[in-house]
Amino acid sequence: MIKVTMTVNGKLYTREIPPMMRLLDFIRDELKLKGTKEGCGEGECGACTVIIDGDIYNSCMVLATSCEGKRITTIEGISGAELHPIQEAFLEVNAVQCGYCTPGMILSAKALLDKNINATEKEMKEAISGNLCRCTGYQKIIEAVKLAQKKLKKR
Amino acid sequence: MFSIKKIYQPITLAEALEIYTSNPQLKIIAGGTDVLISLHHGKLDDVELLSIKNLTELTGINYLTDGTIEIGTMTTFTEIFRNEIINKYIPILAEASVSMGGPQIRNNATIGGNICNGAVSADSAPTLFVLNADLRIVNNEGVRIVPITEFYAGPGKVKLQSGEILTHIIIKKADYKGMYGKYIKFSNRKAMDIAMLSVATLGKVKNNKFTDLRIALGVSAPTPIRCTKAESFAFNKTIKEELIKQISEKTLLNANPRHSWRGSKVYREHLIQVLTERALKEIITMSGGKWHE
Repeated sequence: MIKVTMTVNGKLYTREIPPMMRLLDFIRDELKLKGTKEGCGEGECGACTVIIDGDIYNSCMVLATSCEGKRITTIEGISGAELHPIQEAFLEVNAVQCGYCTPGMILSAKALLDKNINATEKEMKEAISGNLCRCTGYQKIIEAVKLAQKKLKKR
Repeated sequence: MFSIKKIYQPITLAEALEIYTSNPQLKIIAGGTDVLISLHHGKLDDVELLSIKNLTELTGINYLTDGTIEIGTMTTFTEIFRNEIINKYIPILAEASVSMGGPQIRNNATIGGNICNGAVSADSAPTLFVLNADLRIVNNEGVRIVPITEFYAGPGKVKLQSGEILTHIIIKKADYKGMYGKYIKFSNRKAMDIAMLSVATLGKVKNNKFTDLRIALGVSAPTPIRCTKAESFAFNKTIKEELIKQISEKTLLNANPRHSWRGSKVYREHLIQVLTERALKEIITMSGGKWHE
């Protein structure tokens, strides 16, 4: 077992974990945060996307032991009493169908807009290019990211 | 959860080499985007890992006083394609780096891992081949420098001994100064896909003649390759549409693509010629040459 300390959604956690534990397992099984989804488990689909120190990663491709001292944001961490503007936008334009890719999509969009609020449509497409969606055809998702951008600019 | 028995996570290279020398059975893990997939597929069992993720001395890109560019093996593809030095002096490497995977993978995957994984489709390989990149490999006893063109041994195999760690990729000024490059990756999807075929070309044009031309191919043989026959054929010949066709045909003299579900042998041979032609035209235009009257 290896001792690891990391911040998840603003809260500091210290746990003894086995070396084979993925960050995805740490989040879902240790912390019981089930918003992060496992899709392919091999870095292809982006369903398990989380933000680590401002950048997006597939949490199935990261060992939890390597996250010592890191700051992780999962889908649960982006909203408080109210939904985050990106979440609102996804609801308003119906960018969600089965919903499995949505947490990852929202976090990829958030990482982009946090860094570049003036992102172009091309940059938005690029930002979500590592997240597969088999329902929407992506059009609604891009619309949602654009609407979220407007909302965030107004804030 | 994976089948990992133990993981070492040293923070200095010296410490890593020490651990590796006394535990030669260790498997090195860099970014993890290849090793963890092997684990996921059950290809590695009860493995003991040596993570070099915390070796900060192996990250970053340096421009040395003599113009040599040194890339730490733990530098991620995101860092490479956004790096000023790379974009200014060897933009072809930025082009290759951004073609790789998607944002999540590029944030995680390292250039050293990409090389040492030995994949014939490695997006960094053809570009590093045309740049004549050297690899700095260290073990507990010393350092050796190996040209990347001699580093690949076969599909998924590189000439790295147990106890050795690849620390830097070195690109000399003479190999990029005045040269123009183009990397073309051909895949079914733009993002999150592996190359069906890839071509890197790098050249220098003077008086509308190639005074230096280098062509490398990915997924065209059991390892990434240089098309030495096409290169020497092109040397000092006046650039014309016909010459570009001939050079592109001659790339096949070094290539031996395989048939797979991703693409048939015949299709790959077709791609090699078409993509080489396109890439050559791009670098000719960039270097102020022309192939048409």
